[in-house]
Amino acid sequence: MNRILLAVAFTVIAALPLRAAVDIQQVTSPGGIEAWLVESHDLPFTALEIRFKGGASLDAEGKRGAINLMTALLEEGAGEMDAQAFAAARDALAAKFTFDVHDDALSVSARMLTENRDQAVTLLHKALVAPRFDRDAIARVRDQVLSMIRSNAKDPNRIAGQTFDRLAFGEHPYASSPNGTVDSVESLTRDDLIEAKNRVMARDRVYVSAAGDITAQELGALLDRLFAGLPETGAPMPGDAPYLLEGGTTVVPFETPQSVAVFGHRGIDRDDPDFFAAYVLNTVLGASGFSSRLMEEVREKRGLTYGIYTYLYSMDHADLYLGQVASANDRIAEAIEVIRAEWAKVAASGVSAAELEAAKTYLTGAYPLRFDGNGPIADILVGMQLEGLKRSYVANRNDKVRAVTLDDVQRVAARLLNAEALHFVVVGQPAGLETTN
Amino acid sequence: MMLPRAAALVGLILFAVLPARAENVTSFTLDNGMDVVVIEDHRAPVVVHMVWYRVGAADEPPGHSGIAHFLEHLMFKGTDKFPAGSVSEIVEANGGSDNAFTSYDYTAYFQRVAADRLELMMELEADRMNNLTLSEKDVVTERNVILEERNQRVENDPAALFAEQRSAAQYLNHPYGIPIIGWRSEIAELSREDALSFYRTYYAPNNAVLVVAGDVKPDAVRALARKHYGPLAPSAALPVRTRPQEPPQSAERRLRFSDPRVAQPYVMRTYLAPERDPGAQETAAALTYLAELLGGGTTSVLAQKLQFDSKQALYTSAFYDGNALDDTTFGLVVVPAPGVSLQQAEDALDSALADFLKDGVNMERFDRVRTQIRAADIYARDNVQTSAHRYGAALAMGLRVEDVRGWPEVLDRVTPADVMAAARDLFERRRSVTGWLMKGDAPEVTQ
Repeated sequence: MNRILLAVAFTVIAALPLRAAVDIQQVTSPGGIEAWLVESHDLPFTALEIRFKGGASLDAEGKRGAINLMTALLEEGAGEMDAQAFAAARDALAAKFTFDVHDDALSVSARMLTENRDQAVTLLHKALVAPRFDRDAIARVRDQVLSMIRSNAKDPNRIAGQTFDRLAFGEHPYASSPNGTVDSVESLTRDDLIEAKNRVMARDRVYVSAAGDITAQELGALLDRLFAGLPETGAPMPGDAPYLLEGGTTVVPFETPQSVAVFGHRGIDRDDPDFFAAYVLNTVLGASGFSSRLMEEVREKRGLTYGIYTYLYSMDHADLYLGQVASANDRIAEAIEVIRAEWAKVAASGVSAAELEAAKTYLTGAYPLRFDGNGPIADILVGMQLEGLKRSYVANRNDKVRAVTLDDVQRVAARLLNAEALHFVVVGQPAGLETTN
Repeated sequence: MMLPRAAALVGLILFAVLPARAENVTSFTLDNGMDVVVIEDHRAPVVVHMVWYRVGAADEPPGHSGIAHFLEHLMFKGTDKFPAGSVSEIVEANGGSDNAFTSYDYTAYFQRVAADRLELMMELEADRMNNLTLSEKDVVTERNVILEERNQRVENDPAALFAEQRSAAQYLNHPYGIPIIGWRSEIAELSREDALSFYRTYYAPNNAVLVVAGDVKPDAVRALARKHYGPLAPSAALPVRTRPQEPPQSAERRLRFSDPRVAQPYVMRTYLAPERDPGAQETAAALTYLAELLGGGTTSVLAQKLQFDSKQALYTSAFYDGNALDDTTFGLVVVPAPGVSLQQAEDALDSALADFLKDGVNMERFDRVRTQIRAADIYARDNVQTSAHRYGAALAMGLRVEDVRGWPEVLDRVTPADVMAAARDLFERRRSVTGWLMKGDAPEVTQ
């Protein structure tokens, strides 16, 4: 009875076609700036997403944290307006601007009401091309960044991630936090921030998408206004990162009741022919939002954790296969043992046909559900551009998932998964675990 | 510092043009007492299906803290028809995602799927409203999971431990003073019988709200809801929902929480505050403005005085959420700048509050806040799950559909005089808790 019901439930899916609403237009401004657009006039606002490729990894030698601090200062005064005046003008328009930066890109997210979009664009343009970097603003925001650096140094999750990066990436920018260190941030000057801006915020690396209440023609005009005055070129991209970690365990002693572990080994390039097979494999093994093998073994059967997740972390200059888990100090060793065993098992024998089918129906069914609003659509579009995907990817992505065979998954599992190569960084007071090597 | 005239003018123009048209909401009640809300949004072929129970952590029997949340986990252990894990498996096999959450005033279960999968979701959710099966082994294993959840969310985070102590001090009598996840010692004792007893008492159609939001038509939802939820029998023994209420609070409370894992100390003050009530949301609306005016970003009163003028603070904030069945709290935070003590930070906060009560509301600031509150309503509609959540939470807390629909208008009618009156009533130190989070020796709450 149960099995039959399940079988019925499992066969109902026929992944939805994406609606015409996700019709991606390629827009080229009169001045030659390209953007992708999905028009939707249901709500009177536009979501605009901008990325400058390179991100915090373009920090100059000895200036770690400059791009991060610069990014935080973009909303702290521009043109004739100081920080308070800029914020007051933005709030009076009810516009939302968010500036952020990570390893591979600096991001600018804007939400603008249709009725005052022109004024909002004028304001955002000032932030992009004419930030003031006032002395008092630098001092104020620098103290906020230093506070964050000190807090991260006492956060077990941050300690675990940063330790893994430091051990894995050697001299590459990926090895250190984009925030910089207390020392590096304290020594940054206003000139360093101006230099940091010129390194990353240039027209030769900008990617733009929009979704919402705006036409192609309006967007074209907007783009030329928004980026007028930005430098044409920025700093060269960093080279590829080495991967220096071998299998084993690194324990970082930290007095706290629950140990936090970040683990992983080499991953797979986004352009690798087996990337989709690897993506499906990870869905079965440990992706969040799916009843994965690791969730079943570590949480459901043994109650060793609240959550365990793995993910393919394919960056511009390195590819990792990472995971994280947290368990009480006296149980983390068992959790790690279970993870290693499952990793080895899947490497040796792959996944079952039923698991493959369940993962494929999940992935193909979930994909159209992502396009459910101006904000998410703009975000997906700019992400695709950064990864070098074509607009047609939206239409054929599910075909690529469906095309993955059991042989593909077994092959990529054997090639990618290596229980011996897994390195665990454990932060806490784990019983029965010691640093290896 | 000075607001340009042009920007103020924009605020006034916005005032004339906004607000946007109302959401397309339909509501009805099934014969067995189950309330249903349908929110139409046809932009994407997606539906969010939620069942909200009007029971949460504040309804737990004394000594059994965490049982509402524990039961929420155990609801995924299956029924005879859909055995353990199969709800998530079925949802995922249909490309969807599912989850659940527990609050003081409600427990909710939801799925987000393609719109044509709605009926299957109703079948699953209706089934587990009545037919949950629990083995002793499931209970023991899942109890370890929630102990690890408590480790992750609370024991490993000094700010969360600090928050638990502050809440316990804020509420002298009401169960809002007990953590939703439960005290560790009580979680460890929760049993299968505790869970089943809570389930049998509270999980019934006449104690539930169904919210369906997305690419659906109300008539189709009505037909499906009648078919799947309609046959469920209402509970005749549903307890009346009354909790122990707060007595008059007549003594200010102060606490210091020290932990070696603290890198950045701060001061937090909370005041007991009124919540949104059916047909009476005006004070809550005024307090919503007050929080924005005092602590809503760079141009707020606290940021201007403490971060920009005196430079005593790295960060300031004010927060208020009127979504509660009983008395809630209004909070203020000051993170001191380097070299500023917690005492100096607290004094600066009190001085800023005193000035605000004396000087009143700056009209330009007030207009900006009103514009932002209106725009927030438009931005929020970009996410159908946000709309579903807003209605579900409100109805589970005793508000009515017309209260939710009327909320933007109530917010719109707030005047500076309303805000000042609400502030004068609110800022009574005898109803407050002031906590200092400090670097220092380990607390004795962990084990």
